[in-house]
Amino acid sequence: MNARSGLVFVGLGLSGVDGMTVKALRALKDCDEIFAEFYTSTLIGTDVSELEDALGKKIKVLHRLQVEEDDEIIRQAKESRVAFITAGDTMAATTHVDLKIQAAEEGIPVEVVHGVSIFSACPTALGLQPYKFGRTVTLPFLEENYHPRSPYDNLLDNKSRGLHSMVLLDIRADEMRYMTAHQALEWLLEAEKKWKGGLLQDDTLVCVAARLGATDEMIAAGYPKDILELDLGEPLHTLVIPGNLHFMESFALVRFANAPEEIIEDE
Amino acid sequence: MGRKEDNIKKASLLIKKPEFIRNIGTAAHIDHGKTTFSDNLIAGAGMMSDELSGKQRLLDFDEQEQARGITINAANASMVHTYKGHDYLINLIDTPGHVDFGGDVTRAMRALDGAFILACAVEGVMPQTETVIRQAMKERVKPLLFINKVDRLINELQVTPEAMMEKFTKIITEFNKRVNALLPAPLNKEWQVKVENGTVAFGSAYHNWAISVPYMKKSGISFKDAFDYCAQGKQKELAKKSPLHEVLLDMAITHIQNPLDAQKVRIPVIWKGDENSELGKQMLNCDPDGDVTLMVNKIIMDPHAGEVAIGRLFSGTVTRGQTLWVSGMPNPQRVQTVAMSVGADRIPVTECCAGNIVAISGLKDAIAGSTVSTIRDMEPFEKITHYSEPVVTKAVEAKHMKDLPKLVEVLRSVAKADPSLNIEINNETGEHLLSGMGELHLEITEYRIVNEQGIEIVSSPPIVVYQESVKGHAGPFEGKSPNKHNKFYIEVEPMPQAVLDAIKAGDISTTGKIKDPKAVARQLVELGMDKEVAKGLVAFKDNNMFLDCSKGVQNLFETMELCKQAFEEAMSKGPLAGEKVAAVMVKLMDAKLHEDTIHRGPAQVIPAVRSGIYGAMCQAGRILREPVQKVFINVPQDNMGDAVREVQSRRGIIEDMGQDGPNAIVAATVPVADMFGFASAIRGATQGRALWSTENSGFVPVPNELQPNVVKEIRNRKGLNPEPYDAGYYSA
Repeated sequence: MNARSGLVFVGLGLSGVDGMTVKALRALKDCDEIFAEFYTSTLIGTDVSELEDALGKKIKVLHRLQVEEDDEIIRQAKESRVAFITAGDTMAATTHVDLKIQAAEEGIPVEVVHGVSIFSACPTALGLQPYKFGRTVTLPFLEENYHPRSPYDNLLDNKSRGLHSMVLLDIRADEMRYMTAHQALEWLLEAEKKWKGGLLQDDTLVCVAARLGATDEMIAAGYPKDILELDLGEPLHTLVIPGNLHFMESFALVRFANAPEEIIEDE
Repeated sequence: MGRKEDNIKKASLLIKKPEFIRNIGTAAHIDHGKTTFSDNLIAGAGMMSDELSGKQRLLDFDEQEQARGITINAANASMVHTYKGHDYLINLIDTPGHVDFGGDVTRAMRALDGAFILACAVEGVMPQTETVIRQAMKERVKPLLFINKVDRLINELQVTPEAMMEKFTKIITEFNKRVNALLPAPLNKEWQVKVENGTVAFGSAYHNWAISVPYMKKSGISFKDAFDYCAQGKQKELAKKSPLHEVLLDMAITHIQNPLDAQKVRIPVIWKGDENSELGKQMLNCDPDGDVTLMVNKIIMDPHAGEVAIGRLFSGTVTRGQTLWVSGMPNPQRVQTVAMSVGADRIPVTECCAGNIVAISGLKDAIAGSTVSTIRDMEPFEKITHYSEPVVTKAVEAKHMKDLPKLVEVLRSVAKADPSLNIEINNETGEHLLSGMGELHLEITEYRIVNEQGIEIVSSPPIVVYQESVKGHAGPFEGKSPNKHNKFYIEVEPMPQAVLDAIKAGDISTTGKIKDPKAVARQLVELGMDKEVAKGLVAFKDNNMFLDCSKGVQNLFETMELCKQAFEEAMSKGPLAGEKVAAVMVKLMDAKLHEDTIHRGPAQVIPAVRSGIYGAMCQAGRILREPVQKVFINVPQDNMGDAVREVQSRRGIIEDMGQDGPNAIVAATVPVADMFGFASAIRGATQGRALWSTENSGFVPVPNELQPNVVKEIRNRKGLNPEPYDAGYYSA
């Protein structure tokens, strides 16, 4: 341990080198070593080398096992000033609080520099009020022994309480697989067929946010059939299943996300 | 028309008359003369020349068998015999006596209604004789006793007629004691063998003669006469007056039930479906017009026809072109040919009806032990339980690159034909693991791959199969997921002995999905387990069990398949040396899960549960268990010391020493690890004068002082860290 010891968690925001805050940039410039993980989310619109050029520093990208099972970050942080960076916010969807606790227990000074997270960007891009969201769920790619039902049940629970649901989609950066909004809708339609809870009908409004924060970001709202026909472009995508809409939310969806006008009349 | 052709013609008529059919097998301790005996019967029935029988070993038609002088496969042959003016069709199966091929014997029994159990007059009832009696009784196959090699008793050991009778009485008493203990009343008394009623015969298979009380009345040859013929070296004459095949086939026809009667006794034992159902009645009545129900007891590889399934037809009629279903398989199978077997030949027939043993090609999905029927989801026949599990492994790989894919195919079909072989295919390294009942079993399998399938292979020296288990109870041990957001609390303890016994006896099936968990849980409670614990039964893996004892953990149900997968992985690779785990009960006591599905997916849950199991096993005390064999040696007194020394130098424990005439008998238990090369060593040590046999006898803990070294050796061989990890490692 010395005067430089420390671990700073830096969220890079949603996209590009310029998606991070000025504070984040300063913190990174002040670091001796930078570790990154992009398996829980990917920074769109840029790559590691561009980031390295902007910072004038090397970045060591870790894969899952190195973060979860090695103690390299902790070891380095005892000797020097280390940054741990992720897309979005390090403590939101990516849940790295465990590393923060571990570092604190080792007596390493820790600090968090927040980044823009999908948790705030997605509702606000669509004009939905963050106050009205229920539990967030993630849809995983189905595997031989893993067919969880809880995402469906949680969505249904939110809906029955009139709350919006944000649906995050599986990212398998190591396999280059990213679930798209179309795949997610099919996942849910399949689940609806199986469990018949009434979550998704032909006239259920769904919203999509694609590549939020990037120059070509796109948002859309409509009925499942219409969304399935829409070209949403490259991942990353996020899905929202709105609950009861406030009139202001309806106006925003029609105006910005091309939702059918009838949702206003319905109010 | 030759006699053989004539017989074939008669046989093809008889297959339609079950009352004139007898399905019978031979079984015995190794070298007690089964194959010579069977050849004799076939020759006598006109299926080969009289002169050759006893020498040619017709049924050992596998080149390997002829070369080694032992029977490896259960071979079958049909023959015709005339008794009291009626022609009878005898379907005979000769089973192997070598311990490495025990699986074949159990399956053959399923096809039979009666068995000639041979006992050597000199050696008497041996351990494997006991095993085959047990196998026959379990399948409700009626036993007949043939005391063989009587000539040796007279000519080599020079016993008096009185001593001979005394020896016979001792063998018969021993035999009946076993029958009595293994059957329920009244069968246990009815199936005892007696000299007077002709369920026991005596003779020499090598010299083609036999005597029995009923046949004495026909031939006028008494015990005394037989004794004299032997003593005077006139066995050829004796064989003319009292030929073995006449005596024994008469015996089979009189005492073995025809399929119509036999199936009434056997079906309730070998089929657990509803006897009062339509199908149940058809099987009980051996109904040729009913649905086809067939149990495959053997698959043979025919260079022309491909895989041929041989099995007992319990109901219905099999015809060419028919569609049949192999139980548990999704695809319908089309019968290409139907045939009966005569030695190495198969004689095609257009159809074959209930009560027969039939050879069918076209059943691509069938393996030895499969249930086959016209009904798609027929309740299968009782699983055939093996009395032994694989104890030796070899790594094999193709010598030439071009054979890589073909070897995989061949290994799969070899495993189909012989379910006592265990095969692990590794497509990444091309080095596949072949596990079996013993050194010989694997040598034969390799021989087949090379010579019959034409694939040259390179194989490792034999390696012993070990097991891992635990000493006591431990836990709950906390297993954490790599992302630290999920925790599983695991307890382990040794499986209760009563449950292990029930699994071994086949009362609890541990393969496949548990069909009725509640019924199995009730069984566990009856075996003494706590009701609340038994209720949590999730899965079996070999003789290990996984139970969910947690209460009200949210979302746990959707990760249970992953927990189960982790359990299965942990049981197939233990924490000590990566060997299979045996006799361990794993309980999930509690779990803490992350809210979001992504953070509790397979990559998180499987390692967490596995660490929990491994950690708990470390705390419970890990033990390594090794297979042992019972070794029986029959050796002249002068060489007994050499034999005992040979056994003791191999960590052998002498369990019993006895006398058999001028010879000494030594019974010992020796670890399989130290048995490699025993055959030539004992020959050397006793100048080839020892007769010996072995029997697999389960697994016992490796002695404490040896365990660390054995573990290190296995780990080195597998390229693992030489020291196993401790509990601390698994809690990190």
